[in-house]
Amino acid sequence: MSEIVLELKELHTHFFTDNGEIPAANGVSIKVHKGEVVGIVGESGSGKSVTSLSIMQLIPSPPGRIVSGEINFKGENLVRSSEKRMKKLRGNEISMIFQEPMTSLNPLFTIGNQLIEAIRIHQKITKKESRQKAIKMLKLVGIPRADAIVDEYPHQLSGGMRQRVMIAMAMSCDPELLIADEPTTALDVTIQAQILDLMRNLNKKENTAILLITHDLGVVAEICDRVVVMYAGQVVEQGTTREILKNPQHPYSQGLIKSLPKIHEREQKLYSIPGIVPKPKTGGIGCNFAPRCEFAFERCFHEAPELYSLEDNRKSRCFLHDNNEGEVKKHAKSDIES
Amino acid sequence: MKRHERKPKDTEQPLTNPINREEPADEEQLEAISSWRDTFRRLRKNRFAVAGLIIIIFFLILGLVAPLLTSYSFQEQNLANRLQPPSGEHWMGTDDLGRDIFTRIAYGARVSLQVGFFAVTGALVFGTLLGIIAGYFGRWVDMIISRVFDILLAFPSILLAIAIVAILGASLQNALIAIAIINIPIFGRIVRSRVISLREEEYIMAARAQGMKNGRIIFRHILPNSITPIIVQSTLGFGTAILEAAALGFLGLGAQPPTPEWGQMLASSREFIQLAPWTLLMPGLSIMLVVLGFNLIGDGLRDILDPKMRN
Repeated sequence: MSEIVLELKELHTHFFTDNGEIPAANGVSIKVHKGEVVGIVGESGSGKSVTSLSIMQLIPSPPGRIVSGEINFKGENLVRSSEKRMKKLRGNEISMIFQEPMTSLNPLFTIGNQLIEAIRIHQKITKKESRQKAIKMLKLVGIPRADAIVDEYPHQLSGGMRQRVMIAMAMSCDPELLIADEPTTALDVTIQAQILDLMRNLNKKENTAILLITHDLGVVAEICDRVVVMYAGQVVEQGTTREILKNPQHPYSQGLIKSLPKIHEREQKLYSIPGIVPKPKTGGIGCNFAPRCEFAFERCFHEAPELYSLEDNRKSRCFLHDNNEGEVKKHAKSDIES
Repeated sequence: MKRHERKPKDTEQPLTNPINREEPADEEQLEAISSWRDTFRRLRKNRFAVAGLIIIIFFLILGLVAPLLTSYSFQEQNLANRLQPPSGEHWMGTDDLGRDIFTRIAYGARVSLQVGFFAVTGALVFGTLLGIIAGYFGRWVDMIISRVFDILLAFPSILLAIAIVAILGASLQNALIAIAIINIPIFGRIVRSRVISLREEEYIMAARAQGMKNGRIIFRHILPNSITPIIVQSTLGFGTAILEAAALGFLGLGAQPPTPEWGQMLASSREFIQLAPWTLLMPGLSIMLVVLGFNLIGDGLRDILDPKMRN
C-alpha cells in the first residue's frame, strides 16, 4: 500500500448540550492512502459530517469538542495543531466541498473574485496571475466559456455549475486531501454523475486523495475504492467497495444494501431497516444497532462488540464475527441465504 | 433578486469535452444589473419615498445656498423690527429679537442635517463594529456587549441623552455625541442579529474551510451582506437624531444661542405663541418635514431592500 495521507485514530468528538454529552463521533478510526477515494456511508445522524469537520478542526465549539483521539495528516497530529497552523492547511493541503452548492458561494461577488481570493490566501501571486489561474481551474472542471463565467455572479449559474466552481476552488491549491461532504446530494441525477466523473478524473489526474461523505450507495459504487460504513458515531464495517457491495458482513450494511431499489424487481415493496438511528449516548450498553438488527441475540444487548478484523483487510463490528459465536453465525448465515 | 435569475441553462457536460461548445450569444441577459441602480429605480417608483427625497433635497439645498437666498444675518438683532408677521421683506416674519426667521431656518437646516449626519455616522461606525464583534465571536464577548446594549436601551433615550450632556456640558457638539451614543445599541442589535444568521451560511463555512482569517471573513463576507439593514436604519436614524437634537436644543442642552438651531428657536419663542405664532410654526414645521422626509425614504428603502416585503 502507498503512503498514508490521513489516519484517524479512535477519534472522539463529543457535543456538550443541555441534555448531556453526545458522542457524535465515538471512536472513529479511518485510514486514507495517497490518491485513494474513500467513502463514508451511513444514515443521517451517524456521525459522518462530524468526522469530516473534525478533520478540518471546524467543529462548532461550543458545544462540540474533540475529546480524545488523533487525526494524523501526513504525520502531523491535527488535534494538537494551532489554529494558525490549521489556517495554513485548510484550503491548501486539505480542501473541503459542501452539500449545498447554492449557498456555498457569496452572492455578492463574482465567481472570479471568489476564486482569486481563495487562490491568493495561500499563494503569493499577483491578481493578474491568479485570474489566469482561476480561468484555468474553471476550464479544468469543465466549465464552458470560462473566460466569461469568471465575471459572472453565483445566481447566474445552475447548481451543477456552482458545484464545479466549488470543486475548482477546492482544487486550486493542489490539496493532498479533498473532503467532499455529500457533494452531489443537492443535484439531480444526471448532474450527479457528471460531478462524480469530474471528481474521479481529478483524483486520477492530480493524485488527490478524496474522502467522500454520502448516504448514497450508488455514489459509493461509482467512485470509491474503499468504503467505511458508520452507524451512531461508530465505524461498523470497512473494506473495499466491491466486497462490501457484493458481500456485506455487518447486518447494518446488509440492510443498507437490501434497501437499494433493484432494476429487475419492480413489483415488490422496497425494503427498509426498521426503526431509526438512535441518538448516540455515552455509557450505553450493548451494540448500538441491536434494537434494529434482525440477527440480534442475548449478548448483543449486554455487551458492545469490538471491530473484528476479517480476511482481506476487512473489519466488522458484530458478534457474528466473533469466532466463539460459531453457532449463531451459522444460523444467521443460513438466514441471509434463505 | 428574482428578476436577475435566468432560466437554468443546461451547460453541464462531461469532462471529456469541456470547452469546445458553442454558446448562443445572450450578452444582454448576462449583463448584471448593478444592484445600486436597481435599488434607485425601485425607489423612484415608490411615491412616498420620492416625496421624502424631494423634502430632504429641498432642505439640503436650502442649507447649502442659504447665504445666496437672504441678505440678512442669522444672528444680527434688529429690535425695532421684532415680531413682524410674514411679509415680502421677511418671508417668515421676524422673531423676538428682530431676526429674519427664514434666514435662521435656512441656516438651521445646515445645523440639523450636520447633526443628523455626524450622530448617525458615529452610531453606525461603533454600533456596527460592536454588533459584528458580538455576533461573530459570540460567547462571553457577545454576553458583555449585548448586556451593555440592554442597559443603554433600558433608559428612555432622551433621559440618557440629558444625562450624558449633563456630564459633558451643554453644547451642540456634546449633544451630538450623546445622540450618537444612545443610537449605538440600535445599530448594534440589528447588525448582531444579521451576523448571527450569516455566520451559519455555508459560504462562511466554506471560507473558513479555505483557511480564510476571521478579519477577512468579516470584511469580505459578513459586512457586505449586512449592509442593507444598516442603510435602512441609517436613514431612519437620521430623522430620530434630528428630532433628538431639536429636543435637546429645546431643553437648552444642545445648541446654544445665537446658533440658529430649530429646537432652540422653538424654545426661545414659546412665550409668543399667541402674539406671533409664526415664530414657533416655522421651526416646528421644519423639524417635522425633515423627520418625515427621512422616515419616508427609510420606509421606502426598507420595502425595496427587504426581499420579504417585496410584492
